[in-house]
Amino acid sequence: MNAWHQDQGLKTDRDRAPVAHGPSAPIALGGSQMMVRGEYLARIGNCASCHTARGGEPFAGGKGLETPFGTIFASNITPAIQSGIGTWTTADFWQAMHHGRSKDGRLLYPAFPYSEYTRITRDDSDALFAYLLSLQPVERENRSHALRFPYNTQAALAVWRTLFFSPAAFEPQAEQTAQWNRGAYLVRGLGHCQACHSPRNVFGATPTRFDLSGGVIPMQNWYAPSLSAPTEAGLQDWSVDAIMQWLQTGKTVQGSALGPMAEVVFSGTQYLSNEDSRAIAVFLKSLPRREAIQPDVAPGTAGLQQDQTLGTAGAQQLGQRVYEKQCADCHGDNGTGQGDYPSLVGNRTVTLPSSVNLVHVILSGGFPPTTSGNPRPHGMPPFRQTLSDPEVAAVASYVRSAWGNRAGAVMPLDVNKTR
Amino acid sequence: MNPSLLRTGALFRSRLRAKLRALFCARLSAFALPLLLLSGPLEMVLAATPPDSMAQRLRACAACHGKEGRATNSGYFPRIAGKPAGYVYNQLVNFREGRRQNGSMTYLLDQMSDAYLREIAEHFAALDLPYPPPQTTNASPTTLARGEHLVRYGDVKRGIPACAGCHGAAMTGVAPAVPGLLGLPYDYLMGQIGAWRNGGRRALAPDCMAEISRRLAPEDIAAVATWLSSQPVTQHRAPAASLPSKPELDCGSGFR
Repeated sequence: MNAWHQDQGLKTDRDRAPVAHGPSAPIALGGSQMMVRGEYLARIGNCASCHTARGGEPFAGGKGLETPFGTIFASNITPAIQSGIGTWTTADFWQAMHHGRSKDGRLLYPAFPYSEYTRITRDDSDALFAYLLSLQPVERENRSHALRFPYNTQAALAVWRTLFFSPAAFEPQAEQTAQWNRGAYLVRGLGHCQACHSPRNVFGATPTRFDLSGGVIPMQNWYAPSLSAPTEAGLQDWSVDAIMQWLQTGKTVQGSALGPMAEVVFSGTQYLSNEDSRAIAVFLKSLPRREAIQPDVAPGTAGLQQDQTLGTAGAQQLGQRVYEKQCADCHGDNGTGQGDYPSLVGNRTVTLPSSVNLVHVILSGGFPPTTSGNPRPHGMPPFRQTLSDPEVAAVASYVRSAWGNRAGAVMPLDVNKTR
Repeated sequence: MNPSLLRTGALFRSRLRAKLRALFCARLSAFALPLLLLSGPLEMVLAATPPDSMAQRLRACAACHGKEGRATNSGYFPRIAGKPAGYVYNQLVNFREGRRQNGSMTYLLDQMSDAYLREIAEHFAALDLPYPPPQTTNASPTTLARGEHLVRYGDVKRGIPACAGCHGAAMTGVAPAVPGLLGLPYDYLMGQIGAWRNGGRRALAPDCMAEISRRLAPEDIAAVATWLSSQPVTQHRAPAASLPSKPELDCGSGFR
């Protein structure tokens, strides 16, 4: 059980001196510059999004994250003495971020993505910690996780970690530029992009190697597309400027961030400095091309699957009628879009192998995130109340197979499951 | 159909189209465009390049809240046109922060800045659109009388203030943040008071409506909802600028 032994032994010795806490005590950890850097890193790491309950105090925890194993409740990371991290040291915080263990040695659940955060430097960890200690302390007791047996045991978690987690340091690649390495560091560490954009196994683990080949986000039923495949979300053919625009404003002519990615842009990437945004763009653009696996659509069958109630021709006619009545006004008679409304022709969200995202968009509509680059976005209406399952399926199938698009039909049952 | 009628109709539509195009080019006030958007088939005459306006941005809202609020089998979407801006803003924030529960609303608002929410609220507050005829007709006179009494005078014995004491004598609301209660469906009114009673809807503390809804008996709520949804709204539909006297209960959201 070598991995277990290694895991047990790793507690770094640096900076175990007690630190004064509480709102009136100054934090002797490098002063305000460190705090400012910590605040920036907290945005990039998107800490507040998980550690803040809806309508709750910032960073005071309480938000439930649904997983296939039960619900995990994010902890209070304000510097509260009783219920927060007010008694922690930088070493304790490093232990959490790098080793996935709480101050008392308890193993943490990887819903807290320490599989990715493990790669941040000790300096960045200290800066983050300095920022958290500067927050308003909020005494709010942590809620016990609601996990099923045996997932609620430390033993099960230890086995999981043996199989799927090792603390790691980011290793810059010597043959790449400093800019590329900065981008890689952010993507693989604080950005924790792999937590969504890679396929999880049956134990809920992301691949141990670097992998952004796409994955369904558990429980939310959104698909985070592959960043390796140009037909999905691969950026190999985008300009660096366009990628930066996407990250910092949430909108390009190709389309806007919607669903879980809208939240990532709103809370995180819109705050990237130009330098970091460019570094990430350079890194993502350089990812090797790998075409996506298309398990659901056999070649040549796009649009030919039978609809149970209407038959193919009927469904296609229905789809076109629904499109003309509900969609053409904004997206154009030939799907080419206009103004702020994107074209659906060759639109990668429309033609993804998995249709879940498209169905989500039709049912729920949405606004791109408000960012300084796009402060007053145009919205898409939700069609949840207006269209039935067969109608949504028909119009989704229609846009997936019209105007040169080649993607599989959508069944009413698929729509029903997404509602 | 009579061909001359068809020609007249076509002529009317083309003249209307030209007039509306002129309005777009002149960047008219919010009045014409929402009226257009709320009129079903007339949506088709939108100019080829969508106008750069709040109404255009908020077509997502008109899909449910259009036609002065509307009903579907999934529930009621209340009228938002002409509500005080502070009230609309508070509700948008409430949906985003989970004090009101509606999955569709929360999803639409989740990634919106407070500044944009305020602009959206002001857009809808500025709409001065006619009300449809009252939804409730032929209600029992006893119920109506009971409802009207509670609305105008409350019930001192049970500590129930008159609705008009906060919502205005004309029940059209008070600027900046107290909503009017006319022109709303019976089921929506029942649903909101019910939601306050069981904690499904919350307002900023002190939550006066939660308190009042608990003091009202179910029959009172039905009577008030019946009377309110029976009242026509013709002129004088704007929120009052202020109240003649201080409200009885302290409210976290209506008056702050």
